[in-house]
Amino acid sequence: MDKPVNQRAWILVLPVVILVAFSSVIPMMTVVNYSFQDTFGGNEFFWVGLEWYRELLRSERLWDALGRQLLFSAIILAIEIPLGILVALCMPKKGWIASLCLVLMALPLLIPYNVVGTIWQIFGRSDIGLLGRIVSDMGISYNYAQNAFDAWVTVIAMDVWHWTSLVALLSYAGLRSIPNAYYQAAQIDQASRWSVFRYIELPKMRGVLIIAVLLRFMDSFMIYTEPFVLTGGGPGNATTFLSIDLVKMALGQFDLGPAAAFSLMYFLVILLISYVFYTVMITTDKDGATQ
Amino acid sequence: MSGKPSLAKRIPKIRLSAVIMTAYLLFLLIPIYWLVSMSFKSNSEILNSFTLFPADFTLKNYETILTDPSWYMGYVNSFIYVSLNTLIALLVALPAAYAFSRYRFYGDNHLFFWLLTNRMAPPAVFALPFFQLYSSVSLFDTHIAVALAHCLFNVPLAVWILEGFMRGVPREIDETAFIDGYGFTRFFTQIFIPMIKPGIGVTAFFCFMFSWVELLLSRTLTSVDAKPITATMTRTVSASGLDWGVLAAAGVLTIIPGAIVIYFVRSYIAKGFAMGRV
Repeated sequence: MDKPVNQRAWILVLPVVILVAFSSVIPMMTVVNYSFQDTFGGNEFFWVGLEWYRELLRSERLWDALGRQLLFSAIILAIEIPLGILVALCMPKKGWIASLCLVLMALPLLIPYNVVGTIWQIFGRSDIGLLGRIVSDMGISYNYAQNAFDAWVTVIAMDVWHWTSLVALLSYAGLRSIPNAYYQAAQIDQASRWSVFRYIELPKMRGVLIIAVLLRFMDSFMIYTEPFVLTGGGPGNATTFLSIDLVKMALGQFDLGPAAAFSLMYFLVILLISYVFYTVMITTDKDGATQ
Repeated sequence: MSGKPSLAKRIPKIRLSAVIMTAYLLFLLIPIYWLVSMSFKSNSEILNSFTLFPADFTLKNYETILTDPSWYMGYVNSFIYVSLNTLIALLVALPAAYAFSRYRFYGDNHLFFWLLTNRMAPPAVFALPFFQLYSSVSLFDTHIAVALAHCLFNVPLAVWILEGFMRGVPREIDETAFIDGYGFTRFFTQIFIPMIKPGIGVTAFFCFMFSWVELLLSRTLTSVDAKPITATMTRTVSASGLDWGVLAAAGVLTIIPGAIVIYFVRSYIAKGFAMGRV
């Protein structure tokens, strides 16, 4: 399936290139520009070279936010990936029940991010929320707006609620592609449920699982709206993740220079992850084609 | 042969998986149920008595939203820019996806990767420059500004999904059409596009969805005239912080569009979301 070389195809691609360049390259140039300058009153700019980068790398604020971000992403992955696989294994195989489960599971994925925040904001309040009320009635003091630990638990529960279905749906798609012959062979060998999982299902799900891990890592690394609505980054700075910190700096305090330098470093980290992701996707795509 | 022992083994296994599945679905649905039930309660019931079902069933919260322009215009605004965005994304992505699926050309792989990096960029990075860019061309607080800003992630998404569908159409069809004397434009609009209609539907759904759920950029780029419902909701929380019933009703109304269409795209959901964040 070799595609013919045709340079005129560029004409077809041109609108996309112009549009995306307008909305990504031009803004990016502004960011690069700001990151090397200082401004007074928003009109006069002074060249400061690498000053902002040096300052940022020394600032505790950035390292704290990065630390919280990494911890958050690690916890999210540790919960959502195993839980998603478990749910996928428990999914009914066919019939209207399977369709119903699919639709219900996908529901949280399609809720606007801020409404996800609102749902959990209401759900977790001890005065009007079901969860908060039940937990308080059990005698556990719980207040996500004031206690840092409670805020973390709530943000994590919210993210698990919001995104585990994605892992489950991907794993389910991977499971569905395993030919029945494998299971029959396992049955003849009297393989245990665990070895069916370990030696048949897990290796066959490898491709989708890599995608799921990378997706969840990147998404949790950029999380903004849900914790912003739920806790506003608080109490204190307890749930101020990188994006929240960046928006505070850029649009809250209008510190253009530091915010721009922050943006660029953030973007480079994501770009690096994306590159790994893209390479993995391409190779798993090829693996899938040869199987 | 699978005799009795394996059958006996299988029954408890099925039950266990059903229990896990039910528990998981309950975990997903209870918070949503709480929002829905709250939207039918009056504020005094929400704050003063703790009830699992709305004791005093009321539609007043929905009435508030549907009669107050500062609420319902939020939905209208969201709907306008989301539709504009979906339209723009599809229009530019269709030819591009065709080019990627049919030809090799100079820099095609690099271009594809560059498009994808935009899909993966944190929106927070773009908030400030977008604000300044669209202010400088006096598009701030217009629907088209948000629609264009959302193209940043929806155009690459549309290109990727459409390319996947187009690759499934055999190239012989193009060649036969060209031999039959069709020009490119006529072939593309009259033969090719009708053939990938399901793909266009799925792409439109995901563009719509990702634009609909986004808050950060749409909130940054609007203030009054084009303020989306999602931003209206966050501001009401900080301003009064008390009208929980109306807030819940507003939330329920934002879930409905997705909840309806989801049934039609259920078999593409996993794939769409996997690619949706790429």
